[in-house]
Amino acid sequence: MFPYEKYLRLSKFPHIWCTGCGCGIILKSILRAIERSKLSKNDIALVSGIGCSSRTPGYVDFNTLHTTHGRAIAFATGLKLAKPALKVLVISGDGDAIAIGGNHFIHAARRNLDITVIIYNNHIYGMTGGQASPTTPIGKKGSTAPYGSIEPSFDISGLAIAAGASFVARATCYHIVQLDKYLEKGFMKKGFSLIEVLAPCPTYYSRPNRLGTSVDMLRWYKENSIPVEKARTLSENEKKDKIIIGILEDRERPEFCEEYKKMVEKIRGGNSGF
Amino acid sequence: MGFRFEFRLSGAGGQGLILAGKILAEAAAIYDGKNATQSQSYGPEARGGSSRSEVIVSDEEIDYPKAVNIDLLLCFTQEACDKYSRDINKNGILLIDSGFVTNVPKGDFRIYSLPITEIAEKEVGKNLVANLVALGMITALTKVVSKEAVESAILSRVPKGTEELNINAFNIGFDKVTAQSK
Amino acid sequence: MTEQNVKVKLMTGNEACAEAAIVAGMRFFGGYPITPSSEIAEVLAHRLPEVGGVFVQMEDELASMATIIGASLAGVKSMTATSGPGFSLMQENIGYASMTEVPCVIINVQRGGPSTGLPTLPAQADVMQARWGTHGDHSIIVVAPSTVRETYDWTIKAFNLTEQYRIPVVVLLDEVIAHVNEKMVIPEPKTITIIDRKRSTESPDTYQPYRQNDSDIPLFADFGTGYRYNVTGLSHDETGFPTNDPQKINVLYSRLSRKLERYQDQIIEYKTEYLEDAEICIVAFGSSARSAYRAVRLAREQGIKVGMFQLFVIWPFPYKILGRLASQIKAFIVPEMNLGQIAHEVSCAIKSDVIKVNRVDGNLITPKEILERIKNVSV
Repeated sequence: MFPYEKYLRLSKFPHIWCTGCGCGIILKSILRAIERSKLSKNDIALVSGIGCSSRTPGYVDFNTLHTTHGRAIAFATGLKLAKPALKVLVISGDGDAIAIGGNHFIHAARRNLDITVIIYNNHIYGMTGGQASPTTPIGKKGSTAPYGSIEPSFDISGLAIAAGASFVARATCYHIVQLDKYLEKGFMKKGFSLIEVLAPCPTYYSRPNRLGTSVDMLRWYKENSIPVEKARTLSENEKKDKIIIGILEDRERPEFCEEYKKMVEKIRGGNSGF
Repeated sequence: MGFRFEFRLSGAGGQGLILAGKILAEAAAIYDGKNATQSQSYGPEARGGSSRSEVIVSDEEIDYPKAVNIDLLLCFTQEACDKYSRDINKNGILLIDSGFVTNVPKGDFRIYSLPITEIAEKEVGKNLVANLVALGMITALTKVVSKEAVESAILSRVPKGTEELNINAFNIGFDKVTAQSK
Repeated sequence: MTEQNVKVKLMTGNEACAEAAIVAGMRFFGGYPITPSSEIAEVLAHRLPEVGGVFVQMEDELASMATIIGASLAGVKSMTATSGPGFSLMQENIGYASMTEVPCVIINVQRGGPSTGLPTLPAQADVMQARWGTHGDHSIIVVAPSTVRETYDWTIKAFNLTEQYRIPVVVLLDEVIAHVNEKMVIPEPKTITIIDRKRSTESPDTYQPYRQNDSDIPLFADFGTGYRYNVTGLSHDETGFPTNDPQKINVLYSRLSRKLERYQDQIIEYKTEYLEDAEICIVAFGSSARSAYRAVRLAREQGIKVGMFQLFVIWPFPYKILGRLASQIKAFIVPEMNLGQIAHEVSCAIKSDVIKVNRVDGNLITPKEILERIKNVSV
């Protein structure tokens, strides 16, 4: 049995998440990846904004920072730049990171700041009662889209790649083995890494949209996901409505903290003091 | 209350009036040991438009930092002269560039009309330093700040390599007024 | 240049603010360009790398405020600088800093508003936004210097106040002070008092980030030093975790407001001139105070018994001090570049009406305008 307790603040349980929520599945995967990456708890900071996934910091035994809606990455930027030795992870949801916090998301990726952002994409605002989010697919219902959403949804991973992230991967709550691997790689990657995880929200997404239970959602992920390698051989039509999973981007780009350090060393003649 | 002298340097953007004001203030505050403030009108445009730089020199702490009773007004444009000449103190000084200001206002003040830009172009060899020529004239006319202090401030404020040119312009302006008043 | 010359400089308020912040120990600036505050960022972009500090230009003011809180949690003194519209955008996270008691300094170089207003012209209309801009009852300290030298001193004091009380501090400048070049005698570093936040020395195993103590100011622990604790903008208990327990919520909120109340006598600072025999009192702050000083001096030359009360700390407001003064003073005159924000507070303090001198047209109030009111009252 994996020693999850080592990383949990057990006195803060029970947690607030619904039965069948994806938050627990992803949290366990994060903890396994941390254990394998041999990072010390003292050196990890977990930063979040507002939403269901953003309650995670309360339950884990790291330096934890639960901030305002959409701003987790901006808080994380200050923390990381002020203390580059910290491993800074950001947990966010689709609404938190891409709607209200979209600007911080693309700019942190552009700077290629050495943080790992994990976005739980459940296509809905869960905590506030199921309102439509920027990733709600066209035709799917939310409490603010009672006739079905008419807005195209955002491709979160595509956005991060376009903005300049070093490492981008997508998984689902069904593809746990892959998720573990992507998280570990993301933690170890120098630069901005994004791991997008499709997660079921049985209460506010599946039920109004008649998508069944969480088990049905996991089955749907299983049947509709295509590995990125295979996706490259398919036509646009064949990829329609499919979830493309895998490592979507893995590249070397100058990282912000290191570039800053270099600049300071140049100005101060070797001694960065940073 | 103590001694207080108000300068307003006015004209168009790009004529170096802000720099001239800063040199004047620095000369008074740093090199002559008086108190001085310098402020400027501040608009959205980076180039062109009207420009106004104000300097207050005092032997005590300066409270109100803006010029309201002007002791010396420099005008590089007709527009500035029309707008500001009414703010000149009784017995104040109006210095105008006769190349630009042809309609000379009347009032209870002394008027010095000199072809400042033309002097810069013909005698210094660069119309760009008309501001320094004017600064020389202002220094000689007002005697509020010492010649040595202004020279020191010029050396600390102008770009490296242009010191000689600027000092020369300043001296030519200074001598013009001194020669005229003799 | 002689050594003496190095210590006397012609400086603007924005430059003095930036230099003073470095002297105070500020090593992290996050900001977004906005007129008329941008020179503060520009000076710090140059200076911070020289001293091994971090300058980062953020994508907006929401991020600027967030990022300085993040840096401060890592134990680094941090600040941002902005003007009206940007200050509005910072409000949510200013509330976060107040709620979580993370030290930070916000410089607001005021310009005419509301909205885009008068970007290049001065105003003093953010008095109430500085106090009540974020939602909810909260503690905040607001200071307002009026000269370049005062800007230098009060920037350092702003850091000392935020470090000492763990309350965000706003420095209200305005375009006049920000851009005036003025003689500045730079003080000897050894004459300057620098205060750092009190840090916990107890074991991380027993540390509680918001534990009640005699001072009402909890002991800080830097992130990443072995103290693994939780910080949240939700109402929280002494351990730092969210709570909905009414009793614990009351403990938190009453301590947060008590912190400001019990230390207000130490925090409040003001300067008076000619008040001993005064029958008329001018209450002013920021650049309007400079016009007021001139008016008072001109009036005294004419034998009018008028005195000056300059506010350095606007919030907490010196209600009691002004209230005591009311018995001696026949009339209070309050000049300010807004429509009566401080006048309202003075009126509350003296429990009577005040004479307002207001200007919102982007021009500094002139000494003459104030002098006329003084003369009207004195006849």
